[in-house]
Amino acid sequence: MTGPDGPLVGVLALQGAVAEHVAALAACGARTRAVRRPAELAGLDGLVLPGGESTTMDLLLRTVGLDEPLRTAIADGLPVYGSCAGMILLADRLVDGVAGQRTLGGLDVTCRRNAFGRQVDSFETDLDVVGLDEPVHAVFIRAPWVEEAGGDVEVLAAVEVDGGTRPVLVRQGRVLASAFHPELTGDHRLHRLFLDGVARG
Amino acid sequence: MSTDSGTDTSTSRVKRGLAEMLKGGVIMDVVTPEQAKIAEDAGAVAVMALERVPADIRAQGGVARMSDPDMIEGIIGAVSIPVMAKARIGHFVEARVLQSLGVDYIDESEVLTPADYAHHIDKAGFRVPFVCGATDLGEALRRLSEGAAMIRSKGEAGTGDVSNATTHMRTIRSQIARLAAIPADELHVAAKELGAPYDLVAEVARTGTLPVVLFTAGGIATPADAAMMMQLGADGVFVGSGIFASGDPVARAAAIVQATTFHDDPDVIAKVSRGLGAAMVGINVDDLPVAHRLADRGW
Repeated sequence: MTGPDGPLVGVLALQGAVAEHVAALAACGARTRAVRRPAELAGLDGLVLPGGESTTMDLLLRTVGLDEPLRTAIADGLPVYGSCAGMILLADRLVDGVAGQRTLGGLDVTCRRNAFGRQVDSFETDLDVVGLDEPVHAVFIRAPWVEEAGGDVEVLAAVEVDGGTRPVLVRQGRVLASAFHPELTGDHRLHRLFLDGVARG
Repeated sequence: MSTDSGTDTSTSRVKRGLAEMLKGGVIMDVVTPEQAKIAEDAGAVAVMALERVPADIRAQGGVARMSDPDMIEGIIGAVSIPVMAKARIGHFVEARVLQSLGVDYIDESEVLTPADYAHHIDKAGFRVPFVCGATDLGEALRRLSEGAAMIRSKGEAGTGDVSNATTHMRTIRSQIARLAAIPADELHVAAKELGAPYDLVAEVARTGTLPVVLFTAGGIATPADAAMMMQLGADGVFVGSGIFASGDPVARAAAIVQATTFHDDPDVIAKVSRGLGAAMVGINVDDLPVAHRLADRGW
């Protein structure tokens, strides 16, 4: 389904569930490129930051010198979608990171890492999403949540936790982030939502 | 396990999903909270808590068991990345204890002394996911049938000799390729020969891949070892004695992490392989008496 006319979307490929995002994007008609080096950012129409370990990705981003080019690209308006660890990387502020852990930023939120608990607390559930007719089946794995969101951040989905509401799908301009993993279910609607934003440029 | 709100925990997808998130990463053996912190700071995607690293188990002998709960709690408290811990093959009570301590994955491991020489743990009934070792595809599928959510090649732990890990990765890969190539009516006999359930054999034949993540383990001691395993089809790497039994664990851990990500780039591997100090002292697998070969444990 990958056509010569589809947008070129990078998937950060330092570590994590890269192949699943590549498959989902390709199924939606995008061309994809694994990104591990600064030069591989050239010419991208959009970028996906996959799930994985945010501490590992932070370290490798800095080691290979991708952190500053990515910060600049996101600030300059490159459409980005981050899932789970990708959401952590996009958050302007982080709670429960390790000492010295940095993010790329771009999303005016405070994100809490491992917010739902350890692996035995990981779960899947149906989630109502603003703008979608049918719920999305969402898989949360040692997932973060949005603790606080700035005024320009749209909350597209949230879960109830101990009587409180925690945003788990948010959008601010060209930045989209989910605490869960649509790449694990074969439901490509969120990838299409992201690609619609890429097409609008 | 379901709640009224339609939220499910401990499903197969959730158990296998954590392993998907570890792909392209390095999981490091640690025996203390201090080592766990070093591993996290070096870029490990998870740590494996055990009482002694395999090289020390070899050197000291005796029965090797699950780690002290105090030590596991200390490691869980020291890091924010997933914590795995080893239980003896067949020791379902050690596994229950590890689940109760809140570990994120249990490794039912041949590195520890088996507790049952006939049966592995019935893993499907646990809330916590399991990773198990395998030397070939049949063994991997038998573990999946028991409920494992991730597989690692066994290699030969505690040796620093990567040859068995190579054999196991190549064996699993070629057995998968063969299943994908043969006619469907030959899969029944293939299942018999592999000693594996037909349904799983047919699934592998249809998809051309294992239904779970496949890491490698056992004898990985250098960045080049890790990169070679990735090129042989591993989704990620376990490093046991190779880091903390080496001359400079901090540098070696970070180098193996980079070599795993850039496994196909010899320039990067050359760069990170410089100045690491002494690798762990190795033992040639061929020199090991058969009774001391850990890969033969489990079936």
